[in-house]
Amino acid sequence: MNKPLRRIAIFCGLLMLTLLIRDNWLQYVRADELASDTDNRRVAIERYATPRGDIIVDGKAITGSKKAERGDFEYVRTYKDGPMWAPVTGYASQAFGTNQLENLEDGILTGNDDRLFFRNTLDMLTGEKKEGGNVVTTLNAAAQKAAYEGLKERGKGAVAAIEPSTGKILALASYPSYDPSTIAGYSDDDQKAWNKLQKKNNPNDPMLNRALRETYPPGSTFKVVTAAAALEYGKYPDPDEPTDTPLPWTMPGTTTPLKNDGNHPCKNATLRVALQWSCNTVFGKVGSEIGNDKMLEKAKDFGFTTEQFTPVRANASVFSEDMAPSEVALSSIGQFNTAATPLQMAMVASAVANDGSLMKPYMVDKLQAPNLDTLEQTDPEELSRPLSEENAQKLQSMMETVVEEGTGSTAKIDGVKVGGKTGTAQHGVDNSEKPYAWFISYAKLSDGSSPVAVAVVVEDEEADRGDISGGGLAAPIAKSVMEAVIGNRK
Amino acid sequence: MSSTTNTPTHHTSTIGSIGTPSRRNTELALLVFAVVIPVFAYANVGLAINGQVPSGLLSYGLGLGLLAGIAHLVVRKFAPYADPLLLPLATLLNGLGLVAIWRLDQSKLLQSLPTFVTAAPRQLLYTALGIALFIGVLIFLKDHRVLQRYTYISMFVALVLLILPLVPGLGTDVFGAKIWIKIPGLGTLQPGEFAKIVLAVFFAGYLMVKRDALALASRRFMGLYLPRGRDLGPIVVVWAISILILVFETDLGTSLLFFGMFVIMLYVATERTSWIVFGLLMSAVGAVGVASFEPHIQQRVDAWLDPMREYMLSRQGVVGHSEQAMQALWAFGSGGTLGTGWGQGHSELIRFAANSDFILATFGEELGLAGVMAILLIYGLIVERGVRTALAARDPFGKLLAIGLSGAFALQVFVVAGGVMGLIPLTGMTMPFLAYGGSSVLANWALIGILLRISDTARRPAPSPAPNPDAEMTQVVRP
Repeated sequence: MNKPLRRIAIFCGLLMLTLLIRDNWLQYVRADELASDTDNRRVAIERYATPRGDIIVDGKAITGSKKAERGDFEYVRTYKDGPMWAPVTGYASQAFGTNQLENLEDGILTGNDDRLFFRNTLDMLTGEKKEGGNVVTTLNAAAQKAAYEGLKERGKGAVAAIEPSTGKILALASYPSYDPSTIAGYSDDDQKAWNKLQKKNNPNDPMLNRALRETYPPGSTFKVVTAAAALEYGKYPDPDEPTDTPLPWTMPGTTTPLKNDGNHPCKNATLRVALQWSCNTVFGKVGSEIGNDKMLEKAKDFGFTTEQFTPVRANASVFSEDMAPSEVALSSIGQFNTAATPLQMAMVASAVANDGSLMKPYMVDKLQAPNLDTLEQTDPEELSRPLSEENAQKLQSMMETVVEEGTGSTAKIDGVKVGGKTGTAQHGVDNSEKPYAWFISYAKLSDGSSPVAVAVVVEDEEADRGDISGGGLAAPIAKSVMEAVIGNRK
Repeated sequence: MSSTTNTPTHHTSTIGSIGTPSRRNTELALLVFAVVIPVFAYANVGLAINGQVPSGLLSYGLGLGLLAGIAHLVVRKFAPYADPLLLPLATLLNGLGLVAIWRLDQSKLLQSLPTFVTAAPRQLLYTALGIALFIGVLIFLKDHRVLQRYTYISMFVALVLLILPLVPGLGTDVFGAKIWIKIPGLGTLQPGEFAKIVLAVFFAGYLMVKRDALALASRRFMGLYLPRGRDLGPIVVVWAISILILVFETDLGTSLLFFGMFVIMLYVATERTSWIVFGLLMSAVGAVGVASFEPHIQQRVDAWLDPMREYMLSRQGVVGHSEQAMQALWAFGSGGTLGTGWGQGHSELIRFAANSDFILATFGEELGLAGVMAILLIYGLIVERGVRTALAARDPFGKLLAIGLSGAFALQVFVVAGGVMGLIPLTGMTMPFLAYGGSSVLANWALIGILLRISDTARRPAPSPAPNPDAEMTQVVRP
């Protein structure tokens, strides 16, 4: 009987050996892969085991962390003035992951970034808990507040404000917004809040970052780009030279006359007067004469057709190619396919204000280690030069006329030169929907420097059709944002 | 048996055994380690979770030490020549299991589950009962051959135990497997754990009687000895019972365990390889056949083949799917080579059955590859001591019983650990000694008790021969 017993002993030994081999496979060969699997909840538990670093505006944190009341995640994200800052911060949720800055700078905020590796190793040896670093933004709290409050008063819309000389983003507001605190946790309440915010349950789509991710037809504000093209390509080098424009003007290749909004002196108007009264006829004609290719080229110089990374991605704004001359005419007054994000239109105003130099827009000034050492500093960078200095100054004087004597008079600020452009963009099938009210502007101080360029769009469902005009709805918001920035400076 | 003798004949083992050390002091020294290691582990968990040495440390250490001490004294008195390793190894596993169960009791996540009970105190009670049963076996079972008398009663008892969970009103269906019965006021019981031992007694008794008929009356065909049709009867019956368990109790593990145990014992009894071939063929046919129409088994196989898909289905709230398998794999992977340390892992994410069927995952995460290998080696050692006992036993019944119990133990460890580690499909069985569960602890302590009894009988020196009354009167004539 002992021979089979020995064989059974070998068999049992083989069973144990198989288990040992399997265990080595699991815990040695596949260990890293399993341990770092994003579905492995331990990854998230570790991420929330220490307080997350903060996002800083004007030296103050707009985010925070608190001990979670229940669940296996130790800390939960909090936000100060969450709805106001949501377009900047995005959310960091235990249940729904992260987006925008919270996502892009996650490594720094959690402390997992390679640049913090040495420090973390030291902390591990000294028994200290891992800490996250901070993200210092370029934003201006007063400007952001002015933008958000203004939108809140008037309804749906977005604001983007830039410092023209550097490209620093000063304000980035979107309304309606959401409070990321409400979805930061993992509870049923967070799930309910999340469901409520989804577009299918909420037609207002509060989680949409309109300032960066929504493209609107820019309407008459696009005439600034068309004017820049007219100056740059030598079509009308002098803003005060009359254009040969009949009234009404029939679009080339069609029998459709292009109309103006209201009864303004648009016949053979100069570029300055045409901008002042927002003459569709003049800019339609100028645009179609410049032609599709050159208009597209100039739009691209201003940043159209490419996504911007601030580092949060902004959608690419649109100016079409291969259009018929009549379509080019419509595109040149910001209609047809032309569409722009609020950030894009702020970039247009900023390039004009900065004497023709377009700075790359950015919102992260620097990344800090937990001990406040700077890990990375963003330096201003020129993106392109859509205008010569001379032409830029010509365009500035035209835009200042708009505010001083034209449609943009509601944006006037005492003691400060303001250049701007209103816009009322038609949209929907046969322009059936409520138009968008636009206003883009910049402020120029007495020393010639320009601290802020801003773009405002308001999509007001409540307002009467007639009331929607850039000057009435959008310009006051732009004005208060500019005032906030200037007031901050003093 | 020849291993302990130094003479060529088989009937002189008593002479070879003279002077065999009892090894009780070795056992005592090992027991000290088996108690001290879990006590340190317990302190470790407390420090990791609450930042302080747990208040129950002293009572826990004393309790475990007292239980082990009593068991040792009983072995010293009633089975002085028993194997010295089995008791310390079982104590160590049982102690570590208690620590892991207590550690999981501290988990807030598990505490929030509706099925949560504070398991550690109960497990300590079960351990006490288990050791009491162990002591009872050693005291009342003076000779394992007594069990031979109960061969057919054992068969009857085993069948009753196996059928109990199917009795309406008595059996409870826990997450698909119907292997529990409810005893009002006492809780639930897993009769399969006890059936394992009772069946081993029946098989040993039956095979000892029938082994010659099964081994010799056979035809040779293609190099294999084919058994006669009538001798095939019992194996077919056992096979059928296994299949019935599989179908009605949807318990792949127990079914495999019983059938495997029977094939092992049949092979040892008859020394015929053909039985193994038959056994493998029949279990393959049975398993594939049942799996092709039993959805519960099918789902277990699917979950084994693609645990991630199973996890996703469970996450989406599809009824009948479980994320346990994938969670266990993550626990093992996150443990890595050395583990997170006691109390610092997150094996509670396995949720249901984290402290019973899946307890090895907690060891995997917190003690790492090193810890799990150590535990597997401890199991391997228990099996090795069992097989050694079978080799040393002098009677065929003892040999068969010892190999049956050790083989079943090895198979159970393989099926459970293999299932939790994703090597084979998951089955609803528990890690012996480690896992939470009264039936399992009681049955396995009884199993160790029986093995100790057999090994004691095997190693015990025979009483010196009584003086022969004829000696004086016999004339020895020398040529």
